[in-house]
Amino acid sequence: MSQALEYYRSPARYLAARGLAAAGAGGGRLAGAVAGSVSPLRLVDRPAVRSGAPGMVRLRPLLSGICGSDLALLGGHASPYLTALASTPFVPGHEIVAETLEEAPGLPAGSRVVVDPVLPCAARDTPVCAECRAGRQNRCGHITAGALRAGLQTGFCADTGGGWSRSALAHVSQLHVVPEGLPDRQAVLVEPLACAVHAVRRAAVAPGASVLVVGAGTVGLLTVLALREFTAAGPVYVVAKHAHQRALAEALGATETLAPRHVARTLRMLTGGSLEHPDLGGDFLLGGVDVGFDCTGGAAGLDTALRTVRAGGTVVMSGMPSGAVDLAPVWFRELHLVGTYASAAGLPGGADARQDVPGPDFPEALRLAGRVAALAGFVDAVYPLSRWREAIGHALAAGRLGSVKVAFDPNRG
Amino acid sequence: MGRPGFVLEVDERTPALLVNEGEGARLERFPLGTRVIYPPDSLPGIRDVRAAIRHALLHPHGDDPLPALLRPGMRLTVVFDDISLPLPQMRTPDMRQLVIEQVLEYAAAAGVDDVELLAANALHRRMTAAELRRTVGDRVFRSFFPGHLKNHDAEDRANLTEVGTTRHGEVVEINRRAAESDLIVYVNITLTGMSGGSKSVAVGLASYRSLRHHHNVHTLRHSRSFNDPPKSAMHHSYDRMAGVLADNVRVFTVESTVNGDSYPPQVGFMNRREWEWSAADQASYLAFRKLNGMAPAKLRRQMWQRSYAPYGITGVHAGAPADVHPYTLAAVHRQQLTEVDGQSDIGVWGLPFICPYNVNSVMNPVLVMSLGLGYLFNLYRNKPIVRQGGVGIFYHPMPAEFHPVHHPSYIDFYESVLSRTKDPALIEEKYEEQFATDPWYTHLYRTSHAYHGVHPLYMWYWGAHALQHLGDVIFVGADRGAAARLGFRTASTLGDALEMARETVGSSPSITYHHSPPLALADVR
Repeated sequence: MSQALEYYRSPARYLAARGLAAAGAGGGRLAGAVAGSVSPLRLVDRPAVRSGAPGMVRLRPLLSGICGSDLALLGGHASPYLTALASTPFVPGHEIVAETLEEAPGLPAGSRVVVDPVLPCAARDTPVCAECRAGRQNRCGHITAGALRAGLQTGFCADTGGGWSRSALAHVSQLHVVPEGLPDRQAVLVEPLACAVHAVRRAAVAPGASVLVVGAGTVGLLTVLALREFTAAGPVYVVAKHAHQRALAEALGATETLAPRHVARTLRMLTGGSLEHPDLGGDFLLGGVDVGFDCTGGAAGLDTALRTVRAGGTVVMSGMPSGAVDLAPVWFRELHLVGTYASAAGLPGGADARQDVPGPDFPEALRLAGRVAALAGFVDAVYPLSRWREAIGHALAAGRLGSVKVAFDPNRG
Repeated sequence: MGRPGFVLEVDERTPALLVNEGEGARLERFPLGTRVIYPPDSLPGIRDVRAAIRHALLHPHGDDPLPALLRPGMRLTVVFDDISLPLPQMRTPDMRQLVIEQVLEYAAAAGVDDVELLAANALHRRMTAAELRRTVGDRVFRSFFPGHLKNHDAEDRANLTEVGTTRHGEVVEINRRAAESDLIVYVNITLTGMSGGSKSVAVGLASYRSLRHHHNVHTLRHSRSFNDPPKSAMHHSYDRMAGVLADNVRVFTVESTVNGDSYPPQVGFMNRREWEWSAADQASYLAFRKLNGMAPAKLRRQMWQRSYAPYGITGVHAGAPADVHPYTLAAVHRQQLTEVDGQSDIGVWGLPFICPYNVNSVMNPVLVMSLGLGYLFNLYRNKPIVRQGGVGIFYHPMPAEFHPVHHPSYIDFYESVLSRTKDPALIEEKYEEQFATDPWYTHLYRTSHAYHGVHPLYMWYWGAHALQHLGDVIFVGADRGAAARLGFRTASTLGDALEMARETVGSSPSITYHHSPPLALADVR
């Protein structure tokens, strides 16, 4: 038997969490924590996952992060669209640093690895789909087929387990060995960092382009880092609520940080153009930045990006989207709305933008995670599974509490 | 003969004194020994104003009578002070209307056809059609608007002209139509010593390129005070520019002055000294407090903005600007000058609901600063009423509220600049050009009713002298967030403010309350 946090199907709890989280958005500080408590999550002892399928490897998670998409799920924000891509009950946790419990080709037992959570054809033992063949495993068309039950990622699939447990399963192709000197607390950031690398590559930021990053949580901060590493972007403006977020964003290369209250107004001063006031809804710019990244996953964040990117510019949806947004700017300003999901494994020949072949994002993220000193303090709160309510509450209020990333250590407590 | 201004020393018999605080007022008990500066009694107004105007136009100072300057075929431009004067707005008919009507009558009689009317709004917002109509009157408005009655546009490059440069290198650039006219008749209303004279044309019709020579931190810090022209570096610059103008353009100015009747009869207690309040005044005050407190914010603002002052006109003088202005200043001093014996450790000011830039608008925090630390602090001659390093205590609720149409660049200044620095010199160096040349602000200034982009910076400079002089600034009853953004401390009561001031001026400070309205110009000996 293995201890795990299990997400189960419960419409009543789902709705209660959604209601309370919505109240939290209105200002109730405790509502977020309460939402964590009433959401359909429970601590259970369940049988350890068993491998058997070719290439599948049993893992012992060492550290697993709590991601914004996990919180959206627990708070009832996640889009119903995704319900077809998950199988319940499942163990959440897709930001995983783990130890392999059995040998696999080229990977001795006891290896410390990080997990690329995408569950493509290789993991499902299905014929290789066109997207996987092209190195775009994050777009795999067999995500609900094959040897595994539906699950867009590890952490959403009933068969693989997830990071919020003492036992999980992954295909060898999902695993990347963690270099010796890279501590777990930095290694656990590799997955979100790979997503940021992928998002930045998807955006094709032109040299000198002005960029807005909405949100300065983990995704936003890592996006700033990726922008500075992989593009020759000009000014990078970051919308950050809290002082520690502003400091980190600037340390990672942000040109300027903006308070959320007057983003359009402040950006107008920085980038020119005019500020317009519609009868309803927020102000918007005629003018603005070249590229905007929504790294909040919330409707307000995406709305901000849509209203502040110049005509013909690009808005990248880095966060898992939730809520309704007025898409009029996409139409009127002829914006490019770019989705970016997880990360891509790429092809052996490397990236080729002309052929829409992505670069291998995980290796780049691993390299960066070991090199950037500022990442060392990102994970500053680690909880045992038994204190999951506190952990979720902490993660929901991370910004206010001065944290960036909250994680579980399943082997503690 | 009215009584002169005087300084009251608060004793046991002194009643609570009226203190303005934005769109409200309170009665405040001041510590024993507090000095209170009152202006002279309101001077009697001229009974027949139209006759006085005619007399002034026909018997000018330093120039020929106006009719002698008018001839067929000439270009005549009549320029008038904009909505920033007087404060509060005056009851109609506006003095400018009466003067303009008489000037136009003489012009018509002389066969002058080419006449344009211009509001001298400089970098202020354009007056609306309704505001222009209220200022010049129906008859003039119907005859001239919109083709020949306009706001000056300080950003219309095609309609600006460089008249010359002063010996200090100051560029004099003004409205082309006015500069190319055979005669400018400038119609002024002077409320304080800073207005009128050389300022009228040199500032009212100027461009940013010209205004920046005197609207800057250095000049403001060396204008002590800007209500005392001989000691004001700003006025020295105006004078130099006026000299250049005089060599190139003929200006005939008509200046008038008002008495101290700043509030309508229903709140007449505001114009009177508290111990002389009648039972009716006391009842009015109580009714005012009750109604003002109960009124919704929007209605309250409307009530204040529509409390038109029943000013009496104390003088009308016309002629060459340099010859006219001394008469104007003398009239202002007769109404406002009060001798004060020495400085004190603490100065107290109650800020009213109105300043030059929130007429029919909102008094935002930056304007509160410029009203308190700019306009009212500088109501002195010789020395400020507070000693160097003393404490200024101001009353105003200072809500973080802005008029989005009138003050767009104020919002950006408040949010993006004051959050980084409050230092006027640094602000000038780092941000002035950006605000002054921002195309969006310029567009809104020219086509909407927005103050020029650089205007909030000027308002900050307006307080530069006080910021340098005062050791601490405390706002009673102010919004804490807004006051903190401006770099000031807040107190709930006068007692708390005085307690806080002890850190700077010790435990038994001398206090002077600069009572207003009506305005008093403290002549500090």
